[in-house]
Amino acid sequence: MTTTYAVLSEGLEKRFGEVRALRGLDLAVPAGTVCGLLGPNGAGKTTAVRLLTTLLRPDAGSARVAGHDLVREPDAVRRAIGVAGQYASVDGDLTGRENLRLFARLHRLPRPADRAGELLDRFGLADAADRPAATWSGGMRRRLDLAASLVTRPAVLFLDEPTTGLDPHSRHQIWEAVRALRSEGTTVLLTTQYLEEADRLADDVVLVDRGRVARSGTPAELKALIGSYAEAVVAHADALAGAAAVLDRLTGSAPVLDRERHAVGAVTTDPTLTLPRLVRELDAAGVPLLDVSLRPPTLDDVFLRLTGRPAAGPDHGTTDSTTGTTDQEELVT
Amino acid sequence: MSALALAYDGTAMLGRQLRRVRHNPGLLILTQTMPVTMLLFFGYVFGSALAVPGEEYRTFLVPGLLVATAANGIMTGMFQAAQDAHRGVTDRLRTLPISRAAVPLGQAAADLVVTAAGTVPFLLVGLAVGWRIEGSALEAAAAVGLLLLFRFATTWIGILLGLVSRSEEAAGQLGGATFMLPLLSNAYIPTDGLPGWLRAVAEWNPISAVSTALRDLFGNAPAPADGAWPVTHPVAGSLVWCAVLVAVFMPLAVRRYADGGR
Repeated sequence: MTTTYAVLSEGLEKRFGEVRALRGLDLAVPAGTVCGLLGPNGAGKTTAVRLLTTLLRPDAGSARVAGHDLVREPDAVRRAIGVAGQYASVDGDLTGRENLRLFARLHRLPRPADRAGELLDRFGLADAADRPAATWSGGMRRRLDLAASLVTRPAVLFLDEPTTGLDPHSRHQIWEAVRALRSEGTTVLLTTQYLEEADRLADDVVLVDRGRVARSGTPAELKALIGSYAEAVVAHADALAGAAAVLDRLTGSAPVLDRERHAVGAVTTDPTLTLPRLVRELDAAGVPLLDVSLRPPTLDDVFLRLTGRPAAGPDHGTTDSTTGTTDQEELVT
Repeated sequence: MSALALAYDGTAMLGRQLRRVRHNPGLLILTQTMPVTMLLFFGYVFGSALAVPGEEYRTFLVPGLLVATAANGIMTGMFQAAQDAHRGVTDRLRTLPISRAAVPLGQAAADLVVTAAGTVPFLLVGLAVGWRIEGSALEAAAAVGLLLLFRFATTWIGILLGLVSRSEEAAGQLGGATFMLPLLSNAYIPTDGLPGWLRAVAEWNPISAVSTALRDLFGNAPAPADGAWPVTHPVAGSLVWCAVLVAVFMPLAVRRYADGGR
């Protein structure tokens, strides 16, 4: 069986002065899937998107997007892609309708006004359509941004941190839109700092760290990679040794003691180790149990394990540069 | 990319810029009321303290202010290009399969339309305070053409500076500094009274050549017999200056736009 790749890159490198933003990025995104590039700020996610959307030229390496060579056929790539996100934005001085009409015209669509109307309806923006986009809420602007990237029904859609800075409701609206696009056959490559977002949307997750792919796979595969975390909380410190011995035997990995909480935990990749069995074994060994848990890992755990650093800082929901500008515009208007 | 595609995309971008002005006329109103205010202020307040009679000075001032205002193309060009670049609009446009020159060219063309329209009210105020077209209609038309050509040239300087600027604020501050440029020219004062070196600097300022050319073509004052070459041959001097500015800054700006500086 042959797989068609919508995005295929080999050894992409990009340097900004002394900083090596990308140090050999290899990506393979099958057509019709959603790929999530996950990584902390500065990992190289945005640089990767800017290269793949022809905004930057790679220093080394090659890539094909929708079957076209990035460096040799940039216009063919541009005809096949849509771009939205923190760097590619709509014009706040124009109304939503004017923005979409302009992009439809620039794409040489036969009836720009009709296409603009369709997209405004689809994204629930028809009511605000004739007000300048700068006066819209952050969530509406992001949906307009997404609509603008879909003017041509692109084969490959790039979304650079599509929900950064959005409230939960707006975030869900964007997620719904991405799911709908995927079901229509669009390939989506999105970058995110939100583990939940990658987990929910992506068929494949690519962990990017320091300009390289640290690991990739389905969310389930990545989680299986590091296993679940079995933990027992016992009644008194004297019982910790007994519980640790049971966990050691069941998981085969070294238990970690938390004397303050009277807890002991260990990582397991054994699929036959279920919660009932864990309870039975601990009970049979006479461990005075207060609490037991078998927690599947989050992508956060995966990231921490594979790179030694957390994936996202505590900055969920703070303003990014885009919304910062929005606020200013709203004050001026 | 064919010329036809460039024309099509450029027209779309021109339409976008004009729509922006319509939605957000603040900058336009500022840039158009400024020269009128300055004409009245300089012409009546400063002019009252000068040795030249008021009406004579205002006649001198109208062409100078036209050119000084045209030089603000640096400021508006820079401001708009920086705004687009830092708000992500430029990047979105750069991901479209359109002619690379269309976006900056559309901006420059829209600026010309706005400038041409803005010149009319200013000239009406000029007529009201005593300025007259004293030459032929053909020469007057040539004066306006030269003015717009100069504006076109300065806009490209602005577009380039806006694209390379680090932030909108930096562009705004740098843009404000361009108000100084006409002060070192013969736009507001005759240069014959300046000390030698300063006079040379002022007369080699492109604003001086174009101001002198406009005074000559409007029939307000003939070109001076002595001085730097661009001032003694103002029409040729202006054309050379504009050609040099466009030849240098237009390709640089288009290239900067096309490759995003990286």
